[in-house]
Amino acid sequence: MTAIGAPTGLTQGSRTKGGIGESTLRPDGVLKVTGEFAYASDMWHEDMLWGQILRSTVAHAEIVSIDTGEALATPGVYAVMTYDDLPTDVRHYGLEIRDTPVLAHGRVRHHGEPVAIVAADHPETARRAAARIKVEYRELPLVTDEATATAPDAVLVHENRSDHHSGHVPHPNIVHRQPIVRGDADAAAGRADVIVEGDYYFGMQDQAFLGPESGLAVPGEDGGVDLYIATQWLHSDLRQIAPVLGLPEDKVRMTLSGVGGAFGGREDLSMQIHACLLALRTGKPVKIVYNRFESFFGHVHRHPARLHYEHGATRDGRLTHVRCRIVLDGGAYASASPAVVGNAASLSVGPYVCEDVDIEALALYSNNPPCGAMRGFGAVQACFAYEAQMDKVAAELGLDPVEFRRINAMEQGTLMPTGQPVDSPAPVAELLRRVKAMPMPPERQWESSEGADVRQLPGGLSNTTHGEGVVRGVGYAVGIKNVGFSEGFDDYSTARVRLEAVGGRPVVTVHTAMAEVGQGGVTVHAQIARTELGVAEVTIRPADTRVGSAGSTSASRQTYVTGGAIKNACELVRERVLETGRRKLGSHHPAWATAELLLEGGKVVTDGGEVLADLVDVLEDEVVEVEEEWRHRPTEPFDPRTGQGDGHVQYSFAAHRAVVEVDTELGLVKVIELACAQDVGKALNPLSVIGQIQGGTVQGLGIAVMEEIVVDPVTAKVRNPSFTDYLLPTILDTPALPVDVLELADDHAPYGLRGVGEAPTLSSTPAVLAAIRDATGLALDRTPVRPEHLTGTA
Amino acid sequence: MRVNLTVNGRPQQADDVWEGESLLYVLRERMGLPGSKNACEQGECGSCTVRLDGVPVCSCLVAAGQAEGREVVTVEGLAEFARRRAGDTASGVRGGADASLDAARRWQAGGTDSQTGENIELAPVQQAFIDAGAVQCGFCTPGLLVAADEMLEHNPDPTDEDIREALSGNLCRCTGYEKIMDAVRLAAARRSEGATT
Ligand code: FES
Ligand code: FES
Repeated sequence: MTAIGAPTGLTQGSRTKGGIGESTLRPDGVLKVTGEFAYASDMWHEDMLWGQILRSTVAHAEIVSIDTGEALATPGVYAVMTYDDLPTDVRHYGLEIRDTPVLAHGRVRHHGEPVAIVAADHPETARRAAARIKVEYRELPLVTDEATATAPDAVLVHENRSDHHSGHVPHPNIVHRQPIVRGDADAAAGRADVIVEGDYYFGMQDQAFLGPESGLAVPGEDGGVDLYIATQWLHSDLRQIAPVLGLPEDKVRMTLSGVGGAFGGREDLSMQIHACLLALRTGKPVKIVYNRFESFFGHVHRHPARLHYEHGATRDGRLTHVRCRIVLDGGAYASASPAVVGNAASLSVGPYVCEDVDIEALALYSNNPPCGAMRGFGAVQACFAYEAQMDKVAAELGLDPVEFRRINAMEQGTLMPTGQPVDSPAPVAELLRRVKAMPMPPERQWESSEGADVRQLPGGLSNTTHGEGVVRGVGYAVGIKNVGFSEGFDDYSTARVRLEAVGGRPVVTVHTAMAEVGQGGVTVHAQIARTELGVAEVTIRPADTRVGSAGSTSASRQTYVTGGAIKNACELVRERVLETGRRKLGSHHPAWATAELLLEGGKVVTDGGEVLADLVDVLEDEVVEVEEEWRHRPTEPFDPRTGQGDGHVQYSFAAHRAVVEVDTELGLVKVIELACAQDVGKALNPLSVIGQIQGGTVQGLGIAVMEEIVVDPVTAKVRNPSFTDYLLPTILDTPALPVDVLELADDHAPYGLRGVGEAPTLSSTPAVLAAIRDATGLALDRTPVRPEHLTGTA
Repeated sequence: MRVNLTVNGRPQQADDVWEGESLLYVLRERMGLPGSKNACEQGECGSCTVRLDGVPVCSCLVAAGQAEGREVVTVEGLAEFARRRAGDTASGVRGGADASLDAARRWQAGGTDSQTGENIELAPVQQAFIDAGAVQCGFCTPGLLVAADEMLEHNPDPTDEDIREALSGNLCRCTGYEKIMDAVRLAAARRSEGATT
């Protein structure tokens, strides 16, 4: 009996060349529109049990006792497990710091922390049994912000730290701190004609991918386990799961199941270990699917942040210096906090030239929900604040905000605050110019012959205005995001590429462990194979751990890194095929020895276009297969005191113009248009590229005007864990999203491409905020902006 | 309890259904039709949208018992449903949306090759979603397709604001909705082209 819903390969032929640069369609598109595509939550297995996690109802407490008796006695329940039932001494996991207990041990550190797990024959039975587990808590004092974290008598969220940041942080409740000092900010401040300071707050955002956390663990006859899972990085999961189960990695066989979005929220483990533990304990397949409520507790969120900035400028509009301090709340466990700190610090000045900077970024441990990776990763919070500052300084100088940015825009060769030169195109001024040059949406567009169309007005179908009290505003912003894993991380990917003749046609099979989470990696991978090997028919194998690691689907890196790995493996396959051809057919034509040879249209051709042979005749029944790791150029860590170092691989840039209308009486905002210009180096698939830009743009819109996980400051409990109370942009909240794509090649990257996915999430939010400020004249120093902030009733 | 209903033209029966089970749960877990999705189970996201006696509903909010004896169309049956409807239109049987619904109730879904998605006949709106790039992770897609198809059935030439209004109950986290707008516009345009030629 196999698991139903296990992925099969995606085979796609192509009538056109179907190579890079074309908008080929998704190979999984048909499956997804017919409902046949199996997401992790669709997996099914005969005899399958349902797992359920019991989570803490308080944020910080000692666990006095756990009584599982009644739960175990419930008919239909097969297993109940707590910390004491874990099979080995490895009982913690974590991306970088293994500080997260698989199940709580004597203490819970945040609201919703897993305490016990149950397996039963019906999901409702499992839920009810979990509710019958009696946990007695003795509540502990809470750490909820910087003041409570670093007070002299502060409770330590983690005692006896021994991770590689614990030695340099000023307090054990600080996960990691990264200063960056360059030039002399004090001296430079003396040259400033204006100095502008600001304090900003960025709310906690949820990834809110639609496909809930889920997976199916099937125990194997060899004592191992097969796990079908929605994740962003199979091999990272594997390294964390196997030791907890006490199994060698080759006995934990992981296959990527259909993933319903990720945006960083699947970088950390969720139910992976729990499902495997229950499967191994009961000897039966176990499926766990979170509901939306649980999903809000089941993954890390975007760090909320407090940011203090000081910018100075001369009368002619040049920045003299930037000082800033960024305090990120990492919550109860480290997750990706150290890397988020590195990003926030190194990108804190934005895409501007500034020689004299004094920067500090840090992440706290607290009893708030754990925070980690989300699209934009530390750069988002900084961009919101530095762009607000740029507008303020421009206003102070009486300069147009776009002109002020242009004067200070970085370009190729500019040094980052870390001292790293930006060594590929950095068209910051050009992106702003383009986004500004786009036609403006018409004024009073809601007016029609039949009166006002309220759907186009703030308040929408609530019918709160027909145009009275509505003012328009326009705002601009631009941002800089790093691409790929930074600070010396060995950021590689692996590709296995096979070329063979099947039924008289050449066929390519590509096998990687890349997590397709919706971004369209599978589309682009087939395009790369077609371009490099000149073969129309490409099969993308399901991603699993039978091939080497592809690294994470995050940091805008997969097209660059796994795309690079596939390109590289294809080149090696091509060399082998040409060698075979020379050996078999070289005597038939002198060009085999002399010409530059290519694979095109299923044939070996010379660079002059002469056909030498059909690929199938060269191959006959030979299978050419290559598996190789591929790396981008190395990076280096930032110096712990000065923050200097070539820490990043590549930078990407996007600019936005937002046009909003605000009903000033009710404080309601309607974004009318959100235009974006982005440099993508090379658009491997223009349709997907635009889709990424628009998707990222709207996630930025969400954080500007509606999305925020509200944590009670007194209890540290999450107040709004549902789509009823955590608002996501709907299609009615979303405006037209014109996109202008620029393609300036980065010579260091495959095909000159630049990672696309994250940059548009940065500048979208500050552009909307700037537009609301423009409309209302209000200072607005926090995001999201709510009606009460606009009506003065906050 | 036992629940009988017609799903995508086929009579279906589920036994041992719990009182609290939703139509969504029964479709997904008891009838082997996981195409309708479970993103919130609270009526907020629309990813579980199906047609119940022709009306789009969030199947997570419908108790399985409420569907007793009724007709359900899910994304799995959408292509066939659309084909029947188009056939009726072409042969002049159709007088309005209701007539096509009657016809749709009489059909049975045919078998499909689901392995690679090749050689599957799609509803126009399904094809338009693929062509316009409206599918990324695709988790929202089944619900959006059912909702968009229903809107186009009674409003074949929608304005942008009509589309936004009709789809406002369907969340998508990946696309920013612009390509979904494109897809629905494309489906509408192809339909009117087809109608005039
Ligand atoms: S799952 Fe039914 S509306 Fe969300
Ligand atoms: S495509 Fe992922 S939610 Fe819409």
